[in-house]
Amino acid sequence: MSYDESLFPEKLPHNPEKATLEGRNKFMGLWFFLGGETVLFASLFGTYLALKDSVHTGPTSEELFGLPLVFLMTVMLLTSSLTSVYAMYHMRNNDFKKMQLWLGITGLLGIGFLICEVYEFAHYITDYGFTFRSSSFGSAFYTLVGFHGGHVTFGIVWLITLMLRNAKRGLNLYNAPKFNTFSLYWHFIDVIWVFVFTVVYLMGKVG
Amino acid sequence: MSTATMTQKRSFGAALWDYLTTVDHKKIGHLYLAGGAFFFLLGGLEALIIRIQLMFPNSDFISAGLFNEMLTMHGTTMIFLAAMPILLGLMNAAMPLQIGARDVAFPFLNALGFWLFLFGGLLLNLSWFLGGAPDAGWTSYASLAMYSSGHGVDFYVAGLQIAGAGTLMGGINFIATIVTMRAPGMTYMRMPLFTWATFITSVLILFAFPALTINMFLLMFDRMFDAAFFNVDLGGNTIIWQHLFWIFGHPEVYILILPLFGLFSDIFATFSKKRLFGYTAMVFATMLIAFLGFMVWAHHMFTVGMGPVANSIFAVATMAIAVPTGIKIFNWLATMWGGSITINSAMLWSLGFIPSFTIGGMTGVMLGSSVADYQYHDTYFVVGHFHYVIVGGTVFGIFAALHYWWPKMFGRILREGLGKITFVLFFIGFHLTFFVQHFLGLMGMPRRINTFLPGQMLDTGNLISTIGAFFMTAAILVFVYNIIVSARDEQAPADPWDGRTLEWAISSPPPYYNFEQLPLVRGLDPLWVEKREGNGKMLPGEPLDDVHMPNGSILPFLMSFGFFVAGLGFIYQTDSKLWFLALYGGMAFALGCMVVRSLKDDHGYYIKKEELQKALDREAK
Repeated sequence: MSYDESLFPEKLPHNPEKATLEGRNKFMGLWFFLGGETVLFASLFGTYLALKDSVHTGPTSEELFGLPLVFLMTVMLLTSSLTSVYAMYHMRNNDFKKMQLWLGITGLLGIGFLICEVYEFAHYITDYGFTFRSSSFGSAFYTLVGFHGGHVTFGIVWLITLMLRNAKRGLNLYNAPKFNTFSLYWHFIDVIWVFVFTVVYLMGKVG
Repeated sequence: MSTATMTQKRSFGAALWDYLTTVDHKKIGHLYLAGGAFFFLLGGLEALIIRIQLMFPNSDFISAGLFNEMLTMHGTTMIFLAAMPILLGLMNAAMPLQIGARDVAFPFLNALGFWLFLFGGLLLNLSWFLGGAPDAGWTSYASLAMYSSGHGVDFYVAGLQIAGAGTLMGGINFIATIVTMRAPGMTYMRMPLFTWATFITSVLILFAFPALTINMFLLMFDRMFDAAFFNVDLGGNTIIWQHLFWIFGHPEVYILILPLFGLFSDIFATFSKKRLFGYTAMVFATMLIAFLGFMVWAHHMFTVGMGPVANSIFAVATMAIAVPTGIKIFNWLATMWGGSITINSAMLWSLGFIPSFTIGGMTGVMLGSSVADYQYHDTYFVVGHFHYVIVGGTVFGIFAALHYWWPKMFGRILREGLGKITFVLFFIGFHLTFFVQHFLGLMGMPRRINTFLPGQMLDTGNLISTIGAFFMTAAILVFVYNIIVSARDEQAPADPWDGRTLEWAISSPPPYYNFEQLPLVRGLDPLWVEKREGNGKMLPGEPLDDVHMPNGSILPFLMSFGFFVAGLGFIYQTDSKLWFLALYGGMAFALGCMVVRSLKDDHGYYIKKEELQKALDREAK
C-alpha cells in the first residue's frame, strides 16, 4: 500500500470533502444512491397505504399508536440531523475534536431513537398480539418502519466504524469525504422519518 | 510490446487471479460479456426445448411441469442474466473510453456489481439441481407464486435479489462517472449517443430496480417468513405485486433497448461517414422515452380491472411513446441519406434492426389500445410482440455492438464472411419464429401453454416457428465459430472503422490506464474533428503527469460469495433451523468483508510519468 502524500496536506482546504476526484465521486454517488432509496421507500409506503386498513381481527392503527412516544422519537432523530450539521461545520473548519464530539452526540441520539423503536415494537407484540404475521397491516407496518429502523442501525454502525477508525489520526483528504457521505445519508434517514411520522402515525391516528 | 510478451508468459493461475481481483473497467467488461454469453446460451437452450415441445400438437417431449420451469427460466435468464449483463459489459467496455476517462468513478463497486450478478445467476440456476426451478413465469405473479410448491420461487427471489443489487451498483457507478469524469472539453452535448444512452439507462436502473428489490422482499417475507402481504385470508392483496413488478418491469424493457438505440446512432454515423442527423433531437427523444417509460406500467394490467379511466390514461401514455421512438427511426434513416455507406456485419445488424423493431413497435401500439388488449392479452400475439422488440432490438443491437467493438475489446476483428452468414441465418430464423406467433395469438393460442390440440389451425404456425428457432441456433453456432477462428488473426489496428469517437483514438485493446494524457475534446465526434481539422490525433488536454490508479481487490468476489451462501440460508431455513447458520454465517462474512474494506485504507497507486512518456514515444514511432 503506497502512501499518498497529496491526501495529507499541511493545511486542509476549506471543503476537504470535495477536494479530490474520489471525494467528488463519493459525493455524487451517494446522492444518486439516495435517489434509488427514495423509490425503495416509496414502494414501501405504497404497499403500506394499500394494506393499512387490512387489520384482519387484530388491532387497528387508532388503537395501537401512542403519539407521545413517537413525538419523542421524532425529536431525537430530527435533532440528530442538526447535530450532524454541526459536525460537518466543524469538519469544514478543520476542527477534528469538535467534529467527533458532535458526531458522537448524533450517534447517541440515533441509539436513543432505536431504543424507543424496539420498546414500541415489543409493546405492540406483547400487549396487543400485533405481529409481523397477524395481519397484512402488521406485515406492512413492521416492514416499512423496520426498513427505516434498519437504515438507522446501519447508519449507527457506519458512524461508529468511521469514528473509531479515524479517532487517532485526524482529518485528511482521504477520510473527509467519508464523514460527509455519512452525514448526507443520515439526513436522508431523517427525511424518511418525517414521512413515516406523517403517513403511518399521524394518518393512522386521525386519518 | 512488453505487455504482449508478459501476457503470453503468464500462467493460467495468474490470469485467473488477475480477473478475480480486477477493478479495471475493460476487464470487468470482458467478465460481464463472458457471464452474459454463458447465460445467453443457457437461455437459448431453454428456448429451443420450449419450441421443440411446441413443434407438433399433443407433444410430450417434456412434461407440463418441466415446461413451466423452462419458460420461467428462459424469460428470467434472458432478461436478468443475459441481456442486462451483456449491456453492462458493453457500457463498461466503451463508455469510459468514449468520454475520455481512465476508469469508472467506483472501480471497486464495479467489480462488486459483476460478482453479485454472477453469484445471483448461479444461485438461480442451482435450482435446476436442487429440486426444481421456479415455475411461476418470469413475472412470478404473487397469486401464482405463493402456491408454487418446492423451493423454485425461493431461488427466483434470492437469485434476483442478489443480481439486482449488482445491477443497481452498476447504474449508480455509470451516472457518477459521466457526471464527474468527462475529459476536458467533453460537454454533455458532445457526448456520443451511446454514452448518452448509458447515462439515461443508468438513471432508469436507479429508479426502477428498487421497486423490484422491495417486491422481492415482500414475496420473500410471505413465502419464507409467513408475512401476509399476498395472503388474502389475512387481508393481503396480490395486485400490489403486479403494480410493483411493472413499475420496475416497464422501465426494464427500456433499460434493455435504450443502450442499443445509442449504439445504433454511433454505428449509422460511423458507417455513413456523416454526423448523426438530429443529434439534439436524439438526446431529448431518449430522455422522453425514459420519462414516459415510468408512466405506462399499468398497460401490462389492462385486464386486471382498474376501470376505464385508468386504462384510458395508460393507453394514451403508451401510444405517446411511439412519437419519440419515431423521431429516432427517422433520424437514423436521415443519417444514412446521402451518406457514403459501408455495409459490413455491424451495419447489417443495424439495418436489420430498423424494420424488425418498427414491426415490434407497431404491435406495441396495437397492444397499447386498452380495448383491443382484452383480445390480445396473454396470447401468443404478446409473445410475438415482445420478441420483436427484445430480439429485433436488443439482440440485434448486441450483435452489432460485438462486431463493432470486438477489435477494441479483444484486439481482433471478427471475420466479415462469417459475420454475414450469422446475420442472414439469424434474420431469417428470427422472422420465421416470431412473425407467425402474432397470428397464432390472434387464432387464440394462449401464451405459456405447454401443448395444443391438432386441427385448430395452430399446427402449421407452430411448426414454422420451431423451424425458425433452429435457424437462430445455427446462426449462434456460426458466431461462436467466428470468435474462435478470428482469435488467431493478427492484431487489430487502433481505428479499423475510420471511427469518429474517442475510443478509436487509442490502441486496440487499450492500455490499462486508457489515456497517457486525457484528450482535449474540440467538438461532437472528437476524433473526426481532429481528422478533418487537425492531424488525426487527439490533442492532450492535460500536461503529462503521474496517473492515479486503483488497486485490485479480492473483496468483491468474497462479499458476493457471502451473500450467495446467505441466499441459500434464506431459502432452506424453512426446512431446517440449521440453515440459519448459513444465513447468518454468509451475512456475517459479507459484512465482515465490508468492514475490512472500510478499515483498511486503499489509496491506490501511481503510474510514473516517465513510464507514460515511454509509451508515448513508442506510439510516436
